[in-house]
Amino acid sequence: MLIKTRTDIPASEITPEPVYRARRDFMRGAMSAAALGLGAIAAPPLFAAPAHVARGEGRGPDWLRAQIAAADENTRALGETLTPFEHVTSYNNFYEFGQGKTDPADKADALTTDPWSVEIAGEVAKPGVYPLEDVLKGMDLEERVYRLRCVEAWSMVIPWIGFPLAALLQRVEPTSKAKYVAFETLVRPAEMPAQRSRFSTIDWPYREGLRLDEAMHPLTLMAVGLYGKTLPNQNGAPLRLVVPWKYGFKSIKSIVKIVLTEREPKTTWNMMQPREYGFYANVNPEVDHPRWSQASERRLPSGLFRPNIIPTRLFNGYAEEVAHLYKGMDLTRYY
Amino acid sequence: MVTLVSIPVLWRRWLVFLVGVVPLLWITYRTVTHQLGADPAQTIVLFLGEWALYFLFASLAVTPIRRLVRWRHVHFRWLQTHRRMLGLFCLFYVLLHITAYLVFILGLDFARFGQQLVERPYILVTMPAVVLLIALGVTSTQGMMRRLGKRWLTLHKSIYLVALLAWVHVFMQVRSSYVDAVLYGVIILLLLAPRVIWWWRKH
Repeated sequence: MLIKTRTDIPASEITPEPVYRARRDFMRGAMSAAALGLGAIAAPPLFAAPAHVARGEGRGPDWLRAQIAAADENTRALGETLTPFEHVTSYNNFYEFGQGKTDPADKADALTTDPWSVEIAGEVAKPGVYPLEDVLKGMDLEERVYRLRCVEAWSMVIPWIGFPLAALLQRVEPTSKAKYVAFETLVRPAEMPAQRSRFSTIDWPYREGLRLDEAMHPLTLMAVGLYGKTLPNQNGAPLRLVVPWKYGFKSIKSIVKIVLTEREPKTTWNMMQPREYGFYANVNPEVDHPRWSQASERRLPSGLFRPNIIPTRLFNGYAEEVAHLYKGMDLTRYY
Repeated sequence: MVTLVSIPVLWRRWLVFLVGVVPLLWITYRTVTHQLGADPAQTIVLFLGEWALYFLFASLAVTPIRRLVRWRHVHFRWLQTHRRMLGLFCLFYVLLHITAYLVFILGLDFARFGQQLVERPYILVTMPAVVLLIALGVTSTQGMMRRLGKRWLTLHKSIYLVALLAWVHVFMQVRSSYVDAVLYGVIILLLLAPRVIWWWRKH
């Protein structure tokens, strides 16, 4: 081989969880100090936050950043190495901004996420168009470290900040007819370049859906932040779904519409390639994608000469919590 | 007027050679300087595959350009001299593409490679193309041309099949956008169309 350089991420670049927590504690301390008007005294240069933490306070409204800073920490720790912030935010599939993994990080800056509102409709007692502020009002945010397994056979470990979807659904009171939840991503060609492309086979908006019991499951999260900051646009700001036991494409980004339905809703990848992408899309090493195996995954960052290949686990390692949802179902048929 | 033709042939060869190694130097530089992001393996494999395709296009473009393009007194017959090197660079990047896949993606786990061949038909379809390309590379010398005589041309016409298989390889991996697959398909069609027409006229 001609390429002889090891490009593993040096251990020094990965933020160990305790350090990351300490940084968060520091940030929180600084924030409350600032609130008391003591900012200048409490943050002498000696204790200045590391550059990439300071950089990443995130955009978005002040109220949201304050709420994120107050989130409960690590309510679900995993004991697995976190994928570094820079990779989580620079390696994304967000087809509204292009096909390439770096397109979202390169192009999503233009997206306006404030003001933002979410329409909740269908089989609910309290339908309406809710400003994001109302959606989050009174929600206790918590940090959850989840595995994210992409259908393309790579995976990451990400500390999200959000609230259980169940808390939002309970507020709008689903009727007895509600059996499914359908989600839609924003359509705004002016800010989402791939929505202007003639070659795209995606019929916008991007659509996803869950069965109501999946949506109500305590693991199902509506995320507004990651790594202690507001979501970067490329990660689905300002509000996205995270369903850790399903392939990543189920975790729809930049949500503007939630509809409770009686029938199974249409979902984007299933509409394009029904043989390759099912409605359920549960992570399952036994059920291969027609064009590749799902038995293993490359956990990112993956070193060049030591590819970080690990076996994929049923329901992405969350079988204990979610397997009962699929009792008696043929998972090779309902993939 | 100074044109490429007036440059001595040996210099021109070096020029083509330099153009051929620049992509490799570029990706090596980006790798060493950690500029490839979270999944460098994927980026490297894709990059090498794309350049294999570009050199395939370049070598296939020589004959149509040589025969069809003439502008005042400028002709392109001299391109013929460089076709072999363009073809060999195609083979070079194909071999690097495969090696990078085996080393960086599969971690040299050959059992997994066997499994992937079965599970990923888009890899399987390239196997005949790779065997053919190697055969073309091995028989690309003057000596082999002489030894094979008429059969040499017949053998080397299999590059058309290689091009079609390369396109199938790209097409089968399309997930949601056909931009690349359509673009490459059009290029291959444009490169093969004159051959079909010439063949038609002859028969």
